[in-house]
Amino acid sequence: MSALLEIRNIETWYDLVYAIRGVSLSVEEGTITAILGNNGAGKTTILRTVMGLITDQPDKGEIEFNGHRIDGMDTEKIVRLGISCVPEGREVFEELTVRENLMMGAYIRKDKKEIQKDVERVFAYFPVLSDRVNQWAGFLSGGEQQMLAIGRALMSRPRLLLLDEPSLGLSPLLVGEIFDIIGRINREGVTILLVEQNAKKALDVSDNALILENGRFVLKGKSRDLMKDDNVKEFYMGVRSQASVKGYQRWKRKKVWR
Amino acid sequence: MIDLMQMIISGIAVGSSYALMGLGMVLIYKSSAVPNFVQGEMALLPVFIAYMIIDTYGYPVHVAFAGALAFAVLLGCFLEFAIVRRAKEPNVIGLIIITIGMEMALLGLVSWKFGADQRTMPFPISSYDSVMVGGLYISTLDLLTLTVALVLMTGLFLFFRFTKFGVAMKATQQNEAVARLMGIRTRRVKMMTWGISAMVGTVAGLLIAPTIIEPYMMWDPLLKGFAGAVVGGMTSLPGAVFGAYIVGIIEHLFGGYVSIEFKSVVAFAVIVIVLCVKPSGLFARHYVKKV
Repeated sequence: MSALLEIRNIETWYDLVYAIRGVSLSVEEGTITAILGNNGAGKTTILRTVMGLITDQPDKGEIEFNGHRIDGMDTEKIVRLGISCVPEGREVFEELTVRENLMMGAYIRKDKKEIQKDVERVFAYFPVLSDRVNQWAGFLSGGEQQMLAIGRALMSRPRLLLLDEPSLGLSPLLVGEIFDIIGRINREGVTILLVEQNAKKALDVSDNALILENGRFVLKGKSRDLMKDDNVKEFYMGVRSQASVKGYQRWKRKKVWR
Repeated sequence: MIDLMQMIISGIAVGSSYALMGLGMVLIYKSSAVPNFVQGEMALLPVFIAYMIIDTYGYPVHVAFAGALAFAVLLGCFLEFAIVRRAKEPNVIGLIIITIGMEMALLGLVSWKFGADQRTMPFPISSYDSVMVGGLYISTLDLLTLTVALVLMTGLFLFFRFTKFGVAMKATQQNEAVARLMGIRTRRVKMMTWGISAMVGTVAGLLIAPTIIEPYMMWDPLLKGFAGAVVGGMTSLPGAVFGAYIVGIIEHLFGGYVSIEFKSVVAFAVIVIVLCVKPSGLFARHYVKKV
């Protein structure tokens, strides 16, 4: 097994805020790796650091993709190496049509016929998009925009797909649908690094998982093991471990990770 | 009635050059988020270069104009690359000051090199000849201006609609970070936006040049184009064109029926009225971000 993405001990600062405090992880080829954590833990920052979206960061550490050092590289070049990212909150191009959005996803490619095939493939994943090809993406519903954002990221034929909270603001039904597709994309050969708040769904779909708190990883392991972990159950899945006498839900953290 | 139609025709003709200036400003405003006050001078210098090519070196007009347009693209790219891009994490005020500074530098350069006296560009089509269309006179130069403006606008429309680079330009304007995630070289795209914008402005300048060339020749079209762009919402290309034509027509009607002295001021009255009625401008669009 070879690691497709290898992050070694990176530290990221937002001006004076010390956001990522020495984080290492490796994503094996062909797997889904999930990063779980609370709001403000630094999940999105890790993805932004990997994509080179934060200028002059990471402050320390190394990021290797497929054997190439990519820390400090321009985003445009990183994308050309075969990483694609679905940003948090979808961020589709609102005043471009669905088709134009997909075309922008394939911006780095020149093979027109293959691009057309991939458009068909995206429509096969998300049939609802094919009815709206010529509509502005700004007029799609939230769920459709998320589908478009995932489809757009696939258009560059990435080897590694970074997904930032694909379940954000979607109904449970849609979340299920999106996660099914994520599993399917992975089975068709795309390695995935997934950042999520929805711990149950993320652990269900992923092979490995890491838990991030305050800019550090506090736990990592196989997803099926983490699912059985009592702390994870209590903190991230809201399983009640103590019943109160009056029947109120009562929360008690057993462990503080810092 | 003929008078009215005649004034509207003249308004449309002069509105064409406003529209081109407005288009240039909107292009840059959308990609760099700055009202670009150097727009006029980005056109001024190439116009003088064209004049120099004809007057000093004796080349024919079409060569000079092609040279001027090429020079304009380079000038626009150069200004973005050498000056605007160097400002790290700039705010709007800072950028405005930068554009005003560049404007003064270029204006000074032109005044120093070519002098402030008024001349006209030697040009085969004169503003004194006119053709009669359905009982209305329209000068051949106005007709040419209108035609060129419409052709250029159509070209821009097709460019933004159907070419990959045009769509990438729109994508960069809408969301620069995500455009970079798509692998679009956004810095290059922004630079080319300045180049294209300078070229569009230069077309307006070259069409004014047969009437008058002097260092302040672009001020009036710049301000009226800006006014038109604001009326249209500052972020919409069709809006800028539409706004500029409105400004041109109203200005001419005002000049004809009310007061010729206050003709130039009326554009700003139009801005005030439009901003009272629809503060975001006539063509601006808004999205509610879905979460």
